[in-house]
Amino acid sequence: MGERGIGGLMAGYDRGAFFCELTSQRTSNEAEIATVLARLGALDFADLSRRSADAERELFNLGITFTVYSERDSIDRILPFDVIPRLITADEWQVIEAGVIQRVQAINLFLHDVYHDQKILKDGIVPAELVLGNPNYRPEMQGLDVAHGTYAHVAGIDLIRDEAGIYRVLEDNARTPSGVSYVVENRTLMMRAFPDLMADLRIRPVDDYGIRLHAAMAAVAPKAKGDPQVVLLSPGIYNSAFFEHVFLAREMGVPLVVGADLLVDEDDTVYMRTTGGLERVHTIYRRLNDEFIDPEVFRADSLLGVPGLMRAYRAGKVALANAVGTGVADDKAVYAYMPRIIRYYLGEDAILPNVETFICREKEGLDYTLDRLDQLVVKPVGESGGYGLLIGPKASQAELDEFRAKLKADPANYISQPMIGLSVAPTLNSTSVAPRHVDLRPFAVTGQTTWVLPGGLTRVALREGSIVVNSSQGGGSKDSWVLGV
Amino acid sequence: MGNLLARSAGNLFWVARYLERVENLARTIEITETFSRDSSARSWLSVVQINADEKSFFEKHEVADAPSVIGFYMLDPDNPTSVPTSLQAAHQNARALRPILSIEMWEQVNVMRNHWRSVSASDLTGPGMARLCRRLRDQCQVAEGIVEGSFSHDEGWHYYRIGKNLERADQITRLLDIKYHLLLPSVDAVGSALDASQWNALLRAANGYQAFRRVYQGRLSPAAVAGFLLFSDSFPRSVTHCVRQISYMLTQLRSRYRLSGGTAAEDKLDEMRAVLSDLSIERIVETGLHEFLDWVQTRLAAVAADLRDGFFPD
Repeated sequence: MGERGIGGLMAGYDRGAFFCELTSQRTSNEAEIATVLARLGALDFADLSRRSADAERELFNLGITFTVYSERDSIDRILPFDVIPRLITADEWQVIEAGVIQRVQAINLFLHDVYHDQKILKDGIVPAELVLGNPNYRPEMQGLDVAHGTYAHVAGIDLIRDEAGIYRVLEDNARTPSGVSYVVENRTLMMRAFPDLMADLRIRPVDDYGIRLHAAMAAVAPKAKGDPQVVLLSPGIYNSAFFEHVFLAREMGVPLVVGADLLVDEDDTVYMRTTGGLERVHTIYRRLNDEFIDPEVFRADSLLGVPGLMRAYRAGKVALANAVGTGVADDKAVYAYMPRIIRYYLGEDAILPNVETFICREKEGLDYTLDRLDQLVVKPVGESGGYGLLIGPKASQAELDEFRAKLKADPANYISQPMIGLSVAPTLNSTSVAPRHVDLRPFAVTGQTTWVLPGGLTRVALREGSIVVNSSQGGGSKDSWVLGV
Repeated sequence: MGNLLARSAGNLFWVARYLERVENLARTIEITETFSRDSSARSWLSVVQINADEKSFFEKHEVADAPSVIGFYMLDPDNPTSVPTSLQAAHQNARALRPILSIEMWEQVNVMRNHWRSVSASDLTGPGMARLCRRLRDQCQVAEGIVEGSFSHDEGWHYYRIGKNLERADQITRLLDIKYHLLLPSVDAVGSALDASQWNALLRAANGYQAFRRVYQGRLSPAAVAGFLLFSDSFPRSVTHCVRQISYMLTQLRSRYRLSGGTAAEDKLDEMRAVLSDLSIERIVETGLHEFLDWVQTRLAAVAADLRDGFFPD
């Protein structure tokens, strides 16, 4: 793997043993990458820092924030934004796009099967108890037909890139993956703050996300007289992701509703309360977890949901996106079976490989993991947000011992994976431009067919050496540029 | 038929009211600060009276002087009528409206709220006080300008305009009620010169100084000032003008948007317009300005309640 000539601002940059999203050799778009590098190198550090500070202030002023609540106060925080873009070549994007579409197809076929004939369980491809005993399995969905067999209308497939530059799937998100608002807003910000960096590069646009999403929501709507009425259901202004809900409603041009704005009548039809009375609702893009959507069926104490929503859903009078019960497909334990799931339904190998995964509920997996605890990353299957995981090579002896006990006590709750040297990208910090680890979450939108937003959310671990990219743990984001062919 | 959520209609009504309230408060405090230097502390007390806050204010403070009143209205997050509370409420409503408001409008409200969070007592001393009030007024007027230039004149805009005009009418009656009696020459000083600067200050607090001058030229009398603020046909903050605006917006909602709510509010507004066009200021002063203003305020509150019931029930 060759190295490019880099200078100026980038002069001291050293990617180490990792694949670098900007400086490592690629298979296409050489000219564009060289242009970006030259332009970056020519910027001076003070100018870059100033533009970076301006960009972050703008994010704050625009309220592109998530909210952290303390006892008395609420604090709006931005997702830290790194101004140095991450580049994805046309070749790479072709693979990612095809791989994501394949994966989403398999997830939808899997969910349809799980909630109908359960062939894959009967054939012993996926252990039945893994699905049926999963807390996210919803028996209420059994036998219910959803439009076009689409369950995961919006999916986020988390990818990482190993030392050899191979993209691998780290995790599937088939419930309510978030972060797409940052993708679009980050781009807007870059276009404003760095027109000089972007000039004449054919970067694939991301601003039609709302239009695509609306089209998918309309495609799955039950029959309507005129245009179907789509709404976005949010838990409300106190939800930490409220900005994203606003963004999605705004970009689709649909009302943002909370539970109290909706009602289900005796006809099992969903209406929203408008100034002129009740108006029919056909599709609900809900950003509310399954257990909160209908107190008649799930958590009875939920004030966020709509009583009777499941009745309307089962009667085919309303479409829900994502469908109820998709959580069985993005479980970390089911993830391990995803290559086999793809082969089972599509007869193809996975275009995007998994990270090698050992399933601790299986004896060999557990033994392997216990033997190499100091070399592996061990994850609880039910957690998200990077919580509760062990990074073996970075853990102290005491941490290893403590984790070993936890693992032995409840092996079925864990999977383990080899430590991957996540790819890096040049990232601005207070004194220099230095390599930081990144991942990528492409977003797939499915109505009748699947469309993948070019690029996706690049999350970056801002702390030196860290591989945890979650916003709750010191992560930030970058603009992700898919270069044209 | 549009599809404006009832909840959003309420948010639009309230975001307009709170911003209007902030602008009025900033103006009142600023004018009081400017014109009270050589007179008694009565003018600071009047700020408390305008807002009908005597009870909650004196639970916290012994005297109504510049530091206590300024602190109470500019900084106290526990005072429901303070600038920080109103900005927070405007922000909450605007936040719920984010899919509807233009991005610039949201940004403006967000920046106002965040700005004000960094204000402390030391910023409100000396010339800093006037500067901050000025900034607040400017920010409110920028918000109004953004709405003018970016908010479609669709159904939702009508609730915004109604909220704005209702708050204006309410504020002007409060201001007039307190200041009028405060500024009238006392009985034993009959014949003493009218303190023109104080009456001018009242007009400035209502942002009506120039407008008044143009109509009345050199003449200045308590009745003329009160009459102008109540009956002016064209001054955007006069009670008559505000009531007419509310009435027009409501008629539009009911005819153009074919909404059935607001019948009771319409009746009350018709009655108010009739009374306002029949009465003269001389007559009102004779029978009791305070009683009249009280009636207007009660009517406005009833109209607000009718509108809520008809368009955006809780």
